[in-house]
Amino acid sequence: MLNILRQDRGGKILLAILMIAIVLVPFLNLALPSEHPLHVQTYTVTLMGKYLCYALLALAVDLVWGFLGILSLGHAAFFALGGYAMGMYLMRQIGSRGVYGDPVLPDFMVFLNWQELPWFWQGFDQFWFAALMVVLIPGLLAFVFGYFAFRSRVSGVYLSIITQAMTYALLLSFFRNEMGFGGNNGLTDFKDILGYSLQSDQTRIALFVASCAALIGGYLICRAIVASRLGRLSVAIRDAESRTRFIGYRVDTVKLWIFVISAMLAGVAGALYVPQVGIINPGEFAPINSIEVVVWVALGGRATLFGAVAGAVIVNYAKSWFTVELPEVWLFFLGALFVLSTLYLPKGIVGLVKSKSSTMTSNSKDEESTAQISEAKA
Amino acid sequence: MSTSIRRCFFILMLCIGLVSLPSRAQISNVVEVEQSLVGKDYALKSEAIVWLAQSGDDNARFVFEKLMQGNVYFHKKTKQIVYASKVEKGASLPFLFSDETIVVNKKRDFKKVGVNNQLRSELRTQLASLDLYSDDASTRFDAAKNLLSNASLEHQALIQDVIKQESDAKVRDVLALALAIIDLRGSDEGAQRAAIERISDSKRPEALQALNLAKQELSDPELLILIDKSIADYQASQKRYAMVETLYFGLSLGSVLVLAGIGLAITFGVMGVINMAHGELIMLGAYTTYVLQQLMPNNLGASLLISIPIAFMVSAIVGIIIERLVIRHLYNRPLETLLATFGISLILQQAVRSVFSPLNRSVATPEFMSGMFEVNPMLSLTNSRLYILLFCMIVFVLLVLILKKTALGLQVRAVSQNREMAKAMGVRSERVDAMTFGLGSGIAGVAGVALSQLTNVGPNMGQAYIIDSFMVVVFGGVGNLWGTLVAGLSLGIFNKMLEPWVGAVLSKILVLVFIILFIQKRPRGLFPQKGRAVES
Repeated sequence: MLNILRQDRGGKILLAILMIAIVLVPFLNLALPSEHPLHVQTYTVTLMGKYLCYALLALAVDLVWGFLGILSLGHAAFFALGGYAMGMYLMRQIGSRGVYGDPVLPDFMVFLNWQELPWFWQGFDQFWFAALMVVLIPGLLAFVFGYFAFRSRVSGVYLSIITQAMTYALLLSFFRNEMGFGGNNGLTDFKDILGYSLQSDQTRIALFVASCAALIGGYLICRAIVASRLGRLSVAIRDAESRTRFIGYRVDTVKLWIFVISAMLAGVAGALYVPQVGIINPGEFAPINSIEVVVWVALGGRATLFGAVAGAVIVNYAKSWFTVELPEVWLFFLGALFVLSTLYLPKGIVGLVKSKSSTMTSNSKDEESTAQISEAKA
Repeated sequence: MSTSIRRCFFILMLCIGLVSLPSRAQISNVVEVEQSLVGKDYALKSEAIVWLAQSGDDNARFVFEKLMQGNVYFHKKTKQIVYASKVEKGASLPFLFSDETIVVNKKRDFKKVGVNNQLRSELRTQLASLDLYSDDASTRFDAAKNLLSNASLEHQALIQDVIKQESDAKVRDVLALALAIIDLRGSDEGAQRAAIERISDSKRPEALQALNLAKQELSDPELLILIDKSIADYQASQKRYAMVETLYFGLSLGSVLVLAGIGLAITFGVMGVINMAHGELIMLGAYTTYVLQQLMPNNLGASLLISIPIAFMVSAIVGIIIERLVIRHLYNRPLETLLATFGISLILQQAVRSVFSPLNRSVATPEFMSGMFEVNPMLSLTNSRLYILLFCMIVFVLLVLILKKTALGLQVRAVSQNREMAKAMGVRSERVDAMTFGLGSGIAGVAGVALSQLTNVGPNMGQAYIIDSFMVVVFGGVGNLWGTLVAGLSLGIFNKMLEPWVGAVLSKILVLVFIILFIQKRPRGLFPQKGRAVES
């Protein structure tokens, strides 16, 4: 298991931080009294949990963009689908506590005068079923989409644009009330998960721990893929697709599986995100969201995995800070971040840190792998 | 055969009309009109009304309207005629035929001027005829349309007279329909037959109404068959024109797509730069229109015309700045360009939001662009969309000419095909890049001017068009202006064709799905570029 982390110093640091957080944050929140200077507020815990979900999403994007060369501008769609699957479970958990008090139908269906639950809502009252759907639905969409796209060798910019079209089409369809997902308002007003109230500190801590664990698991999965033969093959595809194909590898299959796994990770991220923010609506499908994720990855450092995590946390922390303190400036800042990070930080923050440290210690192995990436054409 | 019947019928009707003309022996001035109105002889009253109508008296319309409303009274002794909605003691009532007034001493002194049904219909006819002889075409048109709903035999002579001197084709059309409806309501079977035919030629909604009404009233099986056939004909042509209208809507939407996409066809298609800020360049053009309109609010038409070159300049300059500062460093890295230009789009959006507020601004439409162009009663086209369609074509042709016929166009094509070789031939490729990008951006600005006429201008408007623009360019085939044109128009039509079946949102979704599937089949679009350069 530790084999896959052998050359991954950043990954080791990241995992160590996450392990510490998993233990320390619940302790600081639950065990310390609220007057204590080191006490962590529940609000902060939830915020951190949200960042971790974003980080997992960024990880998923880095897997396909960094190591496979597919710039997906539709990964937020997988994230949102996972979120919707979880939202549907949470919706069913409300039961008769809704505004209209219907034991089976969610409020918006009563409002729309629906008589019975649509077929695609069946089964979502069971957690295991919803949890299965969280990975299966994004995975299935990615499989169908990828199967056709990769088989017909749609690549580069064209692929980016049709992934964007996909998320845009989903955005439009989820806005429709007839779809049966709450239309414009989406799903909200959740009460509890697995019988525990979503408002309580303990549940929030548990969700944070789950997000942490999911990120650790996601990181290990991605790292395992990257360190395996499959990972090396995917890098080969990224750098010279035709050549890899001519050698005799099934490029489409490799692309497809990595794409599907990445979509599943994004779905899990979405599913953990929804109970923490308390709402899922079609806005999550907006194309801008997907592009933003790509910027987290670009800023953190493409094809490093831990860089993606760092980028997601840094940008989202900045976003939280700016939207409170200087809301006018946030988009200027984000825009400038896009421009400057692509112009001056082609290898992201990780690249910056590495080049600093390598001049001092000259870590040859790490240098080698990043040099390879920088040569790779997008 | 039918025309001869029609002619006979026409002459016959004319004779009846002449016979029914009143003899004017008894009424020759206003005093006599007053006297006859006060009296009890309704035939005389009718003659008085006819005389008044033909006298050209300006007061006639007013008198008729008051009589129709039953608001005319006369003093029992003095026989003075006044009008009032109600006679009450102490009220001063104005005279109908002069400007003086009279004060009511006793309510009993006044009596209503009697009006019976026959007289009322005469009044209606006369009121209609006053309008039908009006100098204003739209008044005549309204009057003729009014006649359609209550056309009866008594109007026939009048309509026949009016139709002879009517110069406006639209009014004549309505009048002819009215005549046909009158014939249909008559009892002459031959005339009815001819009338059905004439009605079914008309495209007015009243024609269908009249046919449906006649279907209930008539019992002659032959006529009923004829009516059924005409109704079917009418509905068929209705469907045909609905198709034409859908096509027009589609072309209009398509022209918007082409306008939005064509600038991108230059920057993305020719240069290979994925410019996510394209939508914001459109937005800048729209805001330029808005600002110019604020500067010269009294001259909408002129401000719109001036906006075209100025919006071009504004967007082109911004585009050149973007190219020089950012994109220049990112050639050969298309995906990074995407991210950087997306950042620029965010900055531009927020800049506009800070300067103009986040609220949508509406740009007024100059008069020559508002209104409808009515082809026939079943089909009318919105002027603004017609202009935009035209404008789109002009922009397209100009762009094609620039690329094909000018030195810049030659250099642009050379650089896009083989940069190194073009450089070797002495083309300053950097300058060409900047100019090309400026051209594409400028066109986006011009598109913004056009779009400002269709939608509200706001900081988010660029976002609304960017995805569509990319779809159009990719669908058409990158680097092919004609492809963009065909793709834009056909996507527009496709979208509007689906809309009546599945609704606006779903049709848009279906179009997107269609494009996704299409790209699978033909990854390089409708009209792919050929040659070795494509592979690299």
